Order: sequence, then structure tokens, then C-alpha cells
Amino acid sequence: MTDAAGLALDQLSIALGDRTLLVVDHPVGPGEVLTVMGPSGSGKSTLLAHVGGFLDPAFRARGTVRLDGQDLAPLPPERRRVGLLFQDALLFPHLSVGENLLFGLHPKLKGRAARRAAVEAALAEVELAGFFDRDPATLSGGQQARVALQRSLLAEPRALLLDEPFSRLDAALKSSVRALVFDAVRRRAIPAILVTHDPADAEAAGGPVVTIGGTP
Amino acid sequence: MRSILIAGIAALLAAPVLIGLAGVVLPAVGYFPALGGDALSLQPFRDLLAVPGIIPSALLSLATGLAATLLSVLVVVGFCAASWGTASFAAMRRLLAPLLAIPHAAAALGLALLIAPSGPLFRLAALPLGLDRPPDLLVVGDPLGLSLTAGLVAKEAPFLLLVALAALPQAKPARRLRLARALGYGRVVAFLLTVWPTVYRQIRLPVLAVLAFASSVVDVALILGPSTPPTLAVRLVGWMNDPDLSLRFLASAAALLQLGVTLAAVLLWLGVERVGTRLLRAAIHGGRRGTADRVVRQVLPLPFRLGALALGLGTAMLLVWSFAGYWPFPSLLPSLSMHNWMRAAASAGPPLRTTLLVAAMATFVALVLVVALLKAIRARGGPMVETKTHLPPALLAAVYLPLIVPQVAFLSGLQIAIIALGWTPGLPLLVAAHLVFVAPYLLLSLADPWFALDPRYERIGASLGRSRPALFLRLRLPLLLAPLLTACAIGFAVSVGQYLPTLLIGAGRLPTITTEAVALAAGGNRGLTAAYALLQTALPCLVFALALALPALRHRRRRGMKPA
Ligand SMILES: Nc1ncnc2c1ncn2[C@@H]1O[C@H](COP(=O)(O)OP(=O)(O)O)[C@@H](O)[C@H]1O
Ligand SMILES: [Mg+2]
Repeated sequence: MTDAAGLALDQLSIALGDRTLLVVDHPVGPGEVLTVMGPSGSGKSTLLAHVGGFLDPAFRARGTVRLDGQDLAPLPPERRRVGLLFQDALLFPHLSVGENLLFGLHPKLKGRAARRAAVEAALAEVELAGFFDRDPATLSGGQQARVALQRSLLAEPRALLLDEPFSRLDAALKSSVRALVFDAVRRRAIPAILVTHDPADAEAAGGPVVTIGGTP
Repeated sequence: MRSILIAGIAALLAAPVLIGLAGVVLPAVGYFPALGGDALSLQPFRDLLAVPGIIPSALLSLATGLAATLLSVLVVVGFCAASWGTASFAAMRRLLAPLLAIPHAAAALGLALLIAPSGPLFRLAALPLGLDRPPDLLVVGDPLGLSLTAGLVAKEAPFLLLVALAALPQAKPARRLRLARALGYGRVVAFLLTVWPTVYRQIRLPVLAVLAFASSVVDVALILGPSTPPTLAVRLVGWMNDPDLSLRFLASAAALLQLGVTLAAVLLWLGVERVGTRLLRAAIHGGRRGTADRVVRQVLPLPFRLGALALGLGTAMLLVWSFAGYWPFPSLLPSLSMHNWMRAAASAGPPLRTTLLVAAMATFVALVLVVALLKAIRARGGPMVETKTHLPPALLAAVYLPLIVPQVAFLSGLQIAIIALGWTPGLPLLVAAHLVFVAPYLLLSLADPWFALDPRYERIGASLGRSRPALFLRLRLPLLLAPLLTACAIGFAVSVGQYLPTLLIGAGRLPTITTEAVALAAGGNRGLTAAYALLQTALPCLVFALALALPALRHRRRRGMKPA
């Protein structure tokens, strides 16, 4: 069981002082999206921070998080290879669109020309061909969301953590960006955790749903 | 490990003050083996009390310090209460940076030229009054220190407005004013009762720094203050600089008296705060709405504007005087001459070089220290955590120590310590002395933007597999380019403006443009003094302009990097 591919949240509980915020015990298979639902303040972002390696020391976590059989606890964030998407695209404002993607692109790909070509291809994949030199602040919300997705995928993550990434998008964009994200998860066969309080997100994700902090 | 770094840097900031104080306490009680004082005695204090006019000098320092602080605070309250949220408030906000960039000495010299009996105001009055020579009035250097107080208010009020502006958002002025006005309160009363108390609580330390500065200032007092007798700090510096080293005993006793004067000013100020609180409380209990405030709203912003105008006109006076040839009374304009600038060009090179070198080195060292400190503080909360971090209170106290203990007291002690250790005053010591004042201001200006940067940028960077150094160099530094350069410009300006550290620690061997300008002022050559003062003003202004222009240029095609 511990050697299974994918992400395993094993008896995971996170407490703040003597208040237990959440308990999750669930595997997430490759290509699967686990949806975690809960009201605001229930600890959804905290859960993702823990998996990503950014948990504030004010919290205490028990249990283990394994990725492809490997315990994540001893790894610093930069060695976990776990991609993050937030409700804001958070493109680096001082870099061009292309430079944002180059920042994410995995270092194993060498050579200026090859790296640039990989970024151009990633842009074309989400219908943003020719956007390399653009200022990210001039992009629409939907375009920014797509760049953010490609930026995290170019780093070749072993898992994706999605912190309400669709909540800022309007209805029409929401479904297309959702499709893009879930499609990427399936095609790359990586596990993903989506936290949200929108039931429509959970339905679109099509995976298992767990609820935290529901009862007062 | 990180706590050790933080404690170490805090100690580094506080140590010069503590060593400096020790350096005046020992000689003040007669102990200074290098000068043959090896028995404890109260002789230095007896000598001090026997100096004619020493008590009036101390009282003058106390009174001008308190009056300048009280007036500065009132001027700022009045300005904010009457005009917060208006277009003229926003306009003044933009004028603030240039007002703050003018060094104290240059501001004082400009103001002196402006209000002197031979200055433009009296020349304008000459025609209607039929004067043909400057009236025989002691306007600059009046015995009560009125022009000294006025000059300090003109220069310190913009500083207090700056810190008040930083504190205002937390007081939620828009919401509270709406609430209070819905209850029927007029604008001014609503601001005073609901917004100002929150603002004041946050600017208390800067206010105390102004009080300590105003009660112990030397350069401004040399230029605008009385001479019969001068303020305590001015006399103390005279003894410290005397070639007769035995006067160091007297000077040390005077430094302790100065500490006592500033401490008394602080205690009295706490009383002033009490009275203020009580007045506010009485106003709240009384419940008067103050709705008929139209005239009040016109009048209250005037003192601040007058001060800003005076600083501007003073700088203009420096410009006119620096190009002045023959300028008989009551002509409004002098004959044009390049004479002053030619003399300045011949002599200002070396002091300018020293000024630039010291300011650049002190700013660079301060930047490295401050960034190391801020990194350590943030990292203490775990890697890239989301919680808002701020300066720990103990560190804040250490940072404010050199700003609240009177400069002249502990710098005198440092000079004595340097003599006792047999060190030679040189560039490294001078840079270190400037660092004591540059580092706190740099830290105070950088801390907020540093902690305000959205931690999710670095989280995303890390999740993309980037190393810590890469996150620092490629995300944090470029994202904070503008605040970093602004902090450096502030540090640089603080260094350029320093008069006392250069005088006392440089021991006269490393004159800067600032010490030269103040020295020239005493010599009475107005044109040359004005040219030096302009050079002194130009340095920080140029650096501020660069700090604004460089990020704008670097990020000209990045809308997301526009300053808010
Ligand atoms: N650094 C912190 N220190 C203490 N409490 C925190 C910290 N960060 C978040 N919290 C608290 O932890 C709880 C969970 O927060 P969060 O995970 O952001 O909730 P959600 O994302 O579900 O809205 C909230 O009650 C929040 O106030
Ligand atoms: Mg959240």
C-alpha cells in the first residue's frame, strides 16, 4: 500500500493549538482528483500548505503524506515537485509571460533555443501562441489562469495542489479552465487535490469528495 | 541560530549607544586615565554648574525641544483632520519626498536667509516702510529660540506627516469618518475623535525621536538658534571640539546634563499626552458635534502649508544667493555672478567626495545588515509562511535607541572611547558612526514592504523546484526593487545630512559637505554658504530621483509593477 503510485494522505490530522482543524485519510491515485470541501476557515488552504511543505509552525500535523511511496516530510518544498495553483494566477509581475514559463520549465531541458521552443509550444497548447513577450498584467483572467497552469506543468510536477483555482473566474471561463486543468491531470496521470467550497467544482472533478470542518 | 543572528544585529545597533553612554559617564565622574583622571570626583559637575548661563542653556534646550515637538504634532493633526481625503492632501503627499530630502542644515540655512533682516521679506517691506538699511532686529538667533523652534517645526512636521500617512490605513479613516459623520459629527471633530487616537498610538516612537532630536540638535541650533547663551548641545559640542583635551571632563558632565534634559522633555511629553487624552475624552463625553467647521477647515491646514512653503522658498533663497554678486538692501534681486560657484568648484571637491564615499559605504553595509536581518525574521516563522510578520518589539526598541537617545550625548562618549583606545579617526570609523543612524532608517523603511510581499510568489517558485537563493535573487529582490532603492535613498540622505558624527568621530579630519556648509555659515559668507548648502541638498535629491527612475525604467513594460 505504501508503494502505491500517487498521493496518500495517511491518518493526516492538523491541529492549531489544542483544536484539531481537520482529519483526512485518503489515497489519491494517478490521474485522480480528490476534492476537499469545507467552509471558509475550515483549514483547506492549511491542508495544501502542509502537503506543499509550507505549513506555518503554529500548526501541528500528525500522520504521513506519501507521494509515489516516498514520505514527503523530510523534503523541503523545492524538492517535493508538487505544483500549486491558487485562486489568483500570481504570474510574476516583473517577468514577461514567456519568462514566467521559463522560470517554471524543468532544468533538465538545456539550451536557450530548445527551452524557448518548449515554452512557445506550451503557449500554443493553450491557444496563447505569440504571447511570449507580453506583459502578464495585460492578459485577461482566463489567459492568466492558463499561463499559470502551463507554468506549473512545465516543471513536471508529480502532483498538483489546487486552492480554489476557479473561484475568481466567471461562469463561462470556469468550465473551460476546469476542463483544461482536469484534462492535464488525467493525461499526465498525476494525483491532484482540489479544495473548494463550490459543489460544481467537485462534480466537474469527478473524483472522490471529502468534507472537513462541516459540523460546528 | 536565526535568533542569534537577530539578537546579534540588534546588539550591533544598540552597542554604540551603550558604549557611548559609558564613554561620558566615566569622565563625568572624573575617571579618564588617558587624561590623568584616575580618581572618582564630582569636580566635572561642579565645574559645569559654575559655567555662566549653563542653566538657561539647558532650559532653552528643554523649551525649544518641547515646543517644536508639540507644534509639529499639532500642525500635522490639524492638517490631517481638516484635509484628509481631499485633493490638497494628495498633492501634499507628493510634495513630501522632496521636503524630506532637504538636509536639516540646508533647510536651516535657507530659512535663515529667508527671514533675516536683510532677506527678501524685509526687502519687500522696505518700500512701504521706507527703510534704506536692514532693520536692526535679532530675527535669526533670537534669544528665546523662536526661529529655532519654527525651523524645527518646518522640517519635522513633514517627517511626522510621513509616519502618520503610513499609520493612517490601520485607523480605517474612511469607514470611521463615515460612521462618525452619520452620527452627526463634523469632519474635523470626527477625525480627531475616531481616527487620530489610533494613528497617534502608532507614531509615538517617531514623535519621541523628534523630541529627542529637537531638544539636542546642533547644526540647526548653530544656524537658527540664539548665541547668548546658545543651547546646551551647542555648548557641549564646543567643549568636545576644544583642542584643550581637559575640557572633555566638562563636556562629559554636560552630555549627562543633556541626557537629563532630553529625559525631562520625554517625561513632560508623557504629561502632554495625558492632557491630550483627557481633552479628547472630555470632548467625547460632551458630545458636541462641531458641525459648523467651515472656517476651521480652511485655517487648520495653513500652518503645515506655510512650513512647506518656507522650506521651498528657503531653498530658492539658497539658489539666488549662490548666484548673487553685489546685493545692496532693499533691491529685490542681486547682480548675477558666478563667483560663489567658482569658489565652490575650487574647494568643494574633497568634502563632496568624502560625503559620497561615506554615504555610499554606510548605505551599502546597512543594506546588507538589514536584508540579512529581515530574511532571518521571516524565516523564523518557517519557510515562506503566510502569516504577517513584523519587527519583534525588542528589535524595534534597539532600532529606536540611537534615534531616541540624544546623538550628541552618546557620540561624545564614543569620541572619548576612541581617544581612550588610542584609535585614529578615519574613514572606517566615520562610516561605522554613520551606520548607527543609517541602518535604523533603512530598516524602518524596508520592513513593511518586505513583509507585505505576497508569500505565495515564493511558494509557487519553490513548488516549481527553484532553490532558496534563486527565489531570493530572481523573485524577492526584483519584486522589491522599488522599495529597496527607496530605502537606500533614505539611508543615503540620512548619511548626507549627518553633522555631528562627522564632526565628533571624524575629528575634523574628514570634512563633509555638511560640516563645511555649517562651518561656512558661521563665517558669514552667504553666497558661498548657499552654494555648499545647495550641493548638500542636491546629493539626496539626485539619489531619490534615481531611486524613483530606475525601477520605473526597468519595469516600464510591466503594468503589474507600477507603484500603487
Ligand atoms: N499562520 C496561522 N496562524 C494561526 N492561525 C492560522 C494561520 N493561518 C491560518 N490560520 C487559521 O487556520 C484556520 C484555517 O485557515 P485556512 O486553511 O486558510 O482555511 P480555508 O482555506 O479553509 O479558508 C483559520 O481559522 C485561520 O484563521
Ligand atoms: Mg483558503
